[in-house]
Parts: sequence; C-alpha cells; structure tokens
Amino acid sequence: MFTPDSLGRLPETPSQTAGPYVHIGLIPRQAGFEIFADDVGAAPLPPGEPGERIRVEGRVLDATGALVRDALVEMWQAKADGSHGLFFRTGTSFETGLWSFDTVRPGAVPARGGAAPMAPHLCLWLAARGLNRGMHTRLYFGDREEANAADPVLRFIEQPNRRATLVAARTERDGVPVFTMDIRLAGDGETVFLDV
Amino acid sequence: MRDEIIPSDHGQHPPPVTPIYKTSVFRGPRMPLLSLNGSLSELTGPRFGHGAMGALDNDLYRNFQHGGEPIGERIIVHGRVLDGNAKPVAGALVEFWQANASGRYRHVNDRFEAPVDPNFGGCGRTVTDDEGRYHFRTVKPGAYPYRNGIGDWRPSHIHFSVFGTAFAQRLITQMYFEGDPLIPHDSILNTIPDAAARTRLVAKLDLAAQVPQHTLAYRWDIVLRGHRSTLFENRLEGN
Ligand SMILES: [Fe+3]
Repeated sequence: MFTPDSLGRLPETPSQTAGPYVHIGLIPRQAGFEIFADDVGAAPLPPGEPGERIRVEGRVLDATGALVRDALVEMWQAKADGSHGLFFRTGTSFETGLWSFDTVRPGAVPARGGAAPMAPHLCLWLAARGLNRGMHTRLYFGDREEANAADPVLRFIEQPNRRATLVAARTERDGVPVFTMDIRLAGDGETVFLDV
Repeated sequence: MRDEIIPSDHGQHPPPVTPIYKTSVFRGPRMPLLSLNGSLSELTGPRFGHGAMGALDNDLYRNFQHGGEPIGERIIVHGRVLDGNAKPVAGALVEFWQANASGRYRHVNDRFEAPVDPNFGGCGRTVTDDEGRYHFRTVKPGAYPYRNGIGDWRPSHIHFSVFGTAFAQRLITQMYFEGDPLIPHDSILNTIPDAAARTRLVAKLDLAAQVPQHTLAYRWDIVLRGHRSTLFENRLEGN
C-alpha cells in the first residue's frame, strides 16, 4: 500500500495514544471480561525459572502528582544468566494505582562495544490515555550501588539527581525482596525516559 | 550480535504534549529523552508463536458470541507489517481492540450512553505470516463522543498494538477508515503534526478483498523501524 522512497525506505507508522480502554485489547480481564485462553504476558513466572525471586512495584503519577490508574505497564528483562528474556504485562490498578510484577532478579547484560556489562535492570514500557507514544524506561536495583555507579546508561544521564528516578528502593515482605519505583510522567522528579 | 535499529524519526509521531488533546498536558513527559542508540536489552524482544493463538482470536465477529451475532457492518481488515527497509516482519504479534457498532466499549469504565452488544467483545490478536501479512474479521466500530473539547467525537477507529522483533520497535497506534467525515476534526489524530503522516493511519477500502454479498474489506499496512545495515565490519563484539 505504501511506496518506498528513492532509497527504498518507508516512514514509520505514527504512534497514537493507547486511550482509556487499552485494557480491552491487551489485558481484557482488567477491562472486566474473559475472552482469550491465555492473556499475553499474564502467565506467572515458571516455577522452575532459575534466579532470586523478587517483586517489583510502584505507582505512576502525572504532572500534578495524581495517580495514573489506567496505564498499561510492560516489562522485558534478562533472565538470571543475562540472556533475554522474560516478558510480563499488567495495568495500574483502577483502585490503588499500583503496578507490580513477581519475577527473578536479572543478570548483567553486555553493553555496547564490548564495554563493561550494564548493571542488572528491567526494561519497562508504558502506554496510557494522555501518552501520545509508549514510553521506555528502566528499573535498576537499589541494593546494587556499585554496579549502578558503573552502569553506562545511568552514567549517560547528565544530571546526577535524575539517575535516582531509575533506581528502585529495596524493602522486604514475607522474606521476598521488594523493589519499589514510582514512575513520574511529568513534573517534579520526572522519570528519565529513553529513546532506544 | 543483534543488528541495530534505525533511530526513530520523531517527526512522524506526535510530540508528548499536545494541548488539543488535554490529557497529554497532564501526562506527557517534558524532559528530552535519553538517547541510548540500542543495547541488547532493547534490540531483543519477546516472540509470540502462532501456536499461542486461539482459532477465533482473529475473528471478532465470532469470538464473543453469546447466542447471537454482533450487530453492525461486517468488515475484514488486512494488510502487512513491514519495517522501514520495506521488508516484511514475519511473526509479529498484532493485537487490536475497538468499540462496537454503536460506539460503546466493553469496559468497566465506559459510560457512553450506547448499548453494549452482548455478542461482541471488541478485541482480537494474530501473528503475521512469512510475508508479514495479518487479517481479521470484525464489525465496523461506531463513532463516540469523548471528554476533551466540548462536542469532540472520535472517528471510527481500531486500536492496534504491534511487537516486531525488538522491544525498541514496540508500537501502539490507531487505524481510521477512508472517507470518515470526522477525521479532519479528530483531536487525537491531529496530535500528529505532519499531514502526510496522518494519512498513513487511514485504511483504504479494498473492494477486491471483500467476501461478495457478505463482508466489506479495508487494507492497512503498518511500518516499524527497520534494522540498520552493517557497512563496515570493524564493530566490536558484544554490543
Ligand atoms: Fe478508542
């Protein structure tokens, strides 16, 4: 349907907001009905998956500090051995605004150009009403200070105080490490989003 | 080693803050994006096999029937998923969701005063074949009003979500229908500054693909960012 330009290239399809009803298509159980045998990204971690069991969770906040309760949150991560990967999908809760994933702590992933590996991290992607494009960001682990200090991506962030927006604080619940990171879409403490 | 992805052409997309779409002012990030230029974490991505799809997952006309057929104009939507080098993307997961023929979504938060169709769920999914082709059957969604400007209506549209081979190619967008008089008035479509880019979200009537005496067809192609070709072999391993 589209004609390539003189270099044989096609322009990207433009992004549009996921809208308020993104749940219908991508997490239909949260929209209020069952339709697929298995919702994409909804399966729990396989019981035999190697690695340290962790929980990651947080809120999504708008420019005024209000909870964003209708966001889609996807996570792509390396397995414990650093190979890719595991994929999960959820939504912020309509009631509490919380998102969470139960997973394993990822291993270190090689960086560009043979440099030192990146510190263990999770890739997060957000889509929501009011977001004209899906936003890529990352979650790093607050109990890996040394690795984070050497991480090439965190070091790319010019303002040291903004690096903290990608680092989740560690607590513990029922013997499981819980890493908490709020995602601030805009305003004070705006999360660093990535052009990948 | 993974081939890198051509950087996104941001001019094709809406900027994060577009006052004609008011919610973007509350939610759109203000700071510049941090340019990563590709790492293994984003050049890889989840893959979804044909085997994971149910037999009716790409048939919205039949995948939520409860003793009857959905109301509305039956249509087929089909096309290809290509990359920026005009190469087909095989094995791409394409998911779609939409309002019913009267403009109402099957969603706990939709309060529009139009009937929910008991026989229509409004979502489906498929995986592209070796030529990057996808197709599904549905009913044409109705227009609906939404809270933005006073008197704002959305044109008929279908929401699309696409996974290519890399998480960097992740895309959510909306498809419109050729000839819809609401298109020029749509605050969401008009968040895209470039007029030619907007027209690339409009599906074309495809009479040749119809099922005669039964179902109309529309064609719409999707283009994800392409892979960068390697011109020199002096790249270091491990990137
Ligand atoms: Fe919609």
